[in-house]
Amino acid sequence: MTAPPTPAPAAGRGALDVRAEFPILAQRVNGARLVYLDNAATTQKPRSVIDAVRRFYEEDNAPVHRAVHTLGERATAAVEGARRVVARFLGAESPDEIVFLRGVTEAMNLLAFTLGESLGPGDEVVVPLSEHHSNLLPWREMCRRRGATLRLTPLAQDGSIDMPALESIVTGRTRIVSVAHVTNVMGVVNPVREVCALARRAGAVSVVDGAQAACHMPIDVQAIGCDFYAISGHKMYAPTGIGAVFGRRARWAQAPPWQTGGSTVERVSTDDVRYAEAPARFEAGSPNAAGIVGLAAAVRWLEGVGIDRIAERESAAAARAREGLASLPGVRVFGPSEGSAPVIAFDAAGAHPHDLATLLDGFGVAVRAGHHCAQPLADWLGVPATTRASFAAYNTVEDADALVEGVGRALETLR
Amino acid sequence: MTGPADLYSELVLEHARRPHRRGRLAGAEGHADAANPLCGDRVEVWVNAEDGMVKEVVFDGEGCAISTASASMMTDALAGQPIGSARDRIDRFLRAVTEGGVEGLPEEQAALAHVRRLPMRVKCATMPWRAALAALDDAEAAGGGPS
Ligand SMILES: Cc1ncc(COP(=O)(O)O)c(C=O)c1O
Repeated sequence: MTAPPTPAPAAGRGALDVRAEFPILAQRVNGARLVYLDNAATTQKPRSVIDAVRRFYEEDNAPVHRAVHTLGERATAAVEGARRVVARFLGAESPDEIVFLRGVTEAMNLLAFTLGESLGPGDEVVVPLSEHHSNLLPWREMCRRRGATLRLTPLAQDGSIDMPALESIVTGRTRIVSVAHVTNVMGVVNPVREVCALARRAGAVSVVDGAQAACHMPIDVQAIGCDFYAISGHKMYAPTGIGAVFGRRARWAQAPPWQTGGSTVERVSTDDVRYAEAPARFEAGSPNAAGIVGLAAAVRWLEGVGIDRIAERESAAAARAREGLASLPGVRVFGPSEGSAPVIAFDAAGAHPHDLATLLDGFGVAVRAGHHCAQPLADWLGVPATTRASFAAYNTVEDADALVEGVGRALETLR
Repeated sequence: MTGPADLYSELVLEHARRPHRRGRLAGAEGHADAANPLCGDRVEVWVNAEDGMVKEVVFDGEGCAISTASASMMTDALAGQPIGSARDRIDRFLRAVTEGGVEGLPEEQAALAHVRRLPMRVKCATMPWRAALAALDDAEAAGGGPS
């Protein structure tokens, strides 16, 4: 046996109902049906992904890229097969444009600390105010070290990027523009194509954080026109600790090595090193092979079910929740009411998000409370924290109703 | 039934809705603040001591029902107490929510101590008491301690 076969799609997917494919969702929490709405933080895993990881360990596990024995060849084939799967999923020209790493945080550090090495005084890096700290702090830190300037671009009233402002901020001094495809607090879908075009015209490198996008919409890096695009496995039904970043071949070629060590080199002598080309150049050490196999299985699962069908179902559930929440007294739903991803941030007068989240947990409803690793955005919203409900393929309209009912009951308790 | 909702008893919520001694004390002998970076909550405590007693204790801050109720109960527990006994009360409450054991605690503090079963929320309850301890230290360093 070589690479695991593509799992057969589950029978009867006419009306999309994938909940049964997620073993974890079968449990009850605090005596209630589990309604998992913390998907923007991490998604649950379908049986096919869990099985792919288990099968890898049970049948194919071995060192990757090093061994000539049979298992080593299988493990290497599984990793390189996964690279092709991810390349196709993102619309890359070649699998060599895909670098595997831990997730988007690591991707942004890799990019900041390689692309950023050539920055100097007078150079600018542009990032919107609404970014996750993962797409903010690596750039900030690199700018600090190189004496370059980080510019946070303002937001429009509804929390989306203020495009006219961005147009005036991106100038000949701009070297890098990095932006989330979908923001993690309010689910704003940013106009990444326009942002990347702006960057290109200014001669800047464009980076897109796809952590919140890849599970909700088809991604095509050619249509977006970005130089780099990062995804996070655990937010798209894959295992934790694995992610990938696409980069155009010419852009990778300009980047110096970052973490170095085994796998990154072509030739090392006592007084000289010749580094390999991407992707090997940026994949130091033994890779998370089981995670990579799991990531490919998740992509196959997403493609098997159909991202468009998933999006349709998620949007219906989220729209229902948005409407229900907004109708509760004293509840404010943040972000654009139309066109956003199924991620809803809200607050309620007289109820702190952490109290709401704890009480909701008592009803089996899992949501997130806090600043969601986007403190500049929380400051902009003028709130210390919000409650966030985020939807995935397995969430239903009943889940939305359970959320709204739970919030209503929690508010009665607290007020 | 035991569950997260147990924490939100009327005893606790009464304090959260109408906290005691909320305010600020300009020129107090002792002052300390504490913050929870996870949720952005923060609390400040001011104390004035006289003749070895906690003469005044007030708090202010921004936080959840649990931290607000806890701060309010803390001021009830400390106001008018000899400083030594105030420290004992802080110690006893902190032990109850971190290690367990509510015997001898006032009923409302025992109700709040349910938070022990929600590890992510324990800090909400302990923060005001730790800030009070630091404020007492600050007051004693300023010379308002036992004479
Ligand atoms: C928009 C965004 N970027 C980056 C990250 C970090 O991703 P990872 O967990 O893969 O490091 C997250 C997740 O919290 C996110 O939502």
